[in-house]
Amino acid sequence: MSLNLEDVARIARLARIELSAAERETTRDQLNGILGFIEQLQAVDTAGIEPMAHAVDVVQRLRPDTVTETDRRADFQALAPETEAGLYLVPRVVE
Amino acid sequence: MSDLINSSLRELSAALAAKKVSAVELATLFLDRVEKFNPALNAFITLDHEKTLAQARAADERLKVPKGTQSAGAGDPAISPLCGIPLAHKDIFCTKGWRTTCGSKILANFVSPYDANVVEKLAAAGMVTLGKLNMDEFAMGSSNETSYFGPVKNPWDVSCVPGGSSGGSAAAIAARLTPAATGTDTGGSIRQPAALCGLTGLKPTYGVVSRYGMIAFASSLDQGGPMAKSAEDCALLLSAMAGFDARDSTSLERPPEDYSRDLDQPLTGLRIGLPQEFFGAGMDADVRAAVETALAEYRKLGATTVEVRLPNSGLSVPAYYVIAPAEASSNLSRFDGVRYGHRAPEYADLAEMYSRTRAQGFGAEVKRRILIGAYVLSHGYYDAYYLQAQKIRRLIAADFVAAFKECDVIMGPTSPSVAFAFGAKSADPVQMYLSDIYTISTNLAGLPGMSLPCGFGNNDMPVGLQIIGNWFGEAKMLNVAHQYQKATDWHTRMPGGVK
Repeated sequence: MSLNLEDVARIARLARIELSAAERETTRDQLNGILGFIEQLQAVDTAGIEPMAHAVDVVQRLRPDTVTETDRRADFQALAPETEAGLYLVPRVVE
Repeated sequence: MSDLINSSLRELSAALAAKKVSAVELATLFLDRVEKFNPALNAFITLDHEKTLAQARAADERLKVPKGTQSAGAGDPAISPLCGIPLAHKDIFCTKGWRTTCGSKILANFVSPYDANVVEKLAAAGMVTLGKLNMDEFAMGSSNETSYFGPVKNPWDVSCVPGGSSGGSAAAIAARLTPAATGTDTGGSIRQPAALCGLTGLKPTYGVVSRYGMIAFASSLDQGGPMAKSAEDCALLLSAMAGFDARDSTSLERPPEDYSRDLDQPLTGLRIGLPQEFFGAGMDADVRAAVETALAEYRKLGATTVEVRLPNSGLSVPAYYVIAPAEASSNLSRFDGVRYGHRAPEYADLAEMYSRTRAQGFGAEVKRRILIGAYVLSHGYYDAYYLQAQKIRRLIAADFVAAFKECDVIMGPTSPSVAFAFGAKSADPVQMYLSDIYTISTNLAGLPGMSLPCGFGNNDMPVGLQIIGNWFGEAKMLNVAHQYQKATDWHTRMPGGVK
């Protein structure tokens, strides 16, 4: 199946990437090219095959529930576009 | 001084120990070359001479202590053979106090507050950081044309790409602007640029080198590794880079290894597997000729070749272009203009702040991959694309398990062609993706892989021979590569334009 402009707009919204009308058209064509290429995967019989999420089979390590990090809030917030009183500022969400 | 730029790391180490050169002199030698040749190559994104020279002075202090003894400082380790040797980091590795951009506008002003594990380990060994190296944006590319900081030029021919995504690393070593560099490899990003620039590069088994502080692209595939002129150099570097790190949840708890231990083993009886799928129609004739000549050399060294099958390897590129974008779309969701990085100057509300920040901050290839990833993970498509690709990933890995019953290492070309011209593949994403046709299956399986120079092809551009090892077979691969490099001199060749 190939994507139309509405599909592209929906995917762009899911990905939180603004696309202009012109960009939406080139994006549709390029994504359809890539999807056409990966379409060949559909023809492979994978009945009974366990999906492989990772290269090595390891289980999640657990660690003791203790504080290991030092407080570096000031260092990290120095990188932020906007902070106030130790908080990250974003546009108002709740009126 | 001029022969120092072609010296091996062991030779540099010996020169430092014998006080024939100081770490400061060595750093200055390479920084001067960066100044002279980097404007034409664009291999470096960030330089900081003060920091570099401070590290070099500290290394010289450590080198005052006689080799092999404990230094005077309490708890200091014995001096590493790498102490005082300069290297440069791919700009995907966070380096404390240095700008770390990942080749992206969204991180163009990001000064890292911490060091990646690899950076920590190499600094602890006493290596001196020359700077941060250019790369495809977020490591997404095979030609270095996607960097926000402009493309890197191939020192063998500046009208050609250096490969990617570790193209800055490859160009800098080839031009002798640094003796060594770090790289990362998600689908071939160490091996393909190493091949296109005539170098030796190694991608370790997944989990051997910590991913902590290495900016994530596709977490189940990403692996850092060394790039240098020779296998002997890579073995020294890997021994310092590898090791368990609790801060990477997929780092493997294995005893430390000396990856140089088997370098001098003879190759008598070595079984080299040749997958017929790697020797088909897709490979250019000049690449085939160089690879065949290398295989003949291996037979002279006592190895035998056997045909093996990797029947599902043809599916590796399409499977990769489902799995890698899916993981990338998830990993890159952190770039939202709130905690660090670029934020769009104008927006009406939070949703618009996110979508404009990301539209402005990411380049075209990164956006494409995020969008593909968001699509294949979205409701109704997950099973058909993502789960199916993961099942095929298991088939690809199972092929290697079967092949390694017949052989000790697998060999083939690293890249189907020598370095191509700028723009040759950038208009068609799928054509670009196929540049990694021989390298991607290794990442999907988690296997270690190497590229080493094995001759020159069209337009006198370097050709890379790929070695794929069994899981944790790094020392064996390095042995196989080193014995070839003792018998040949391809790895000592240097581009004419940077002498």
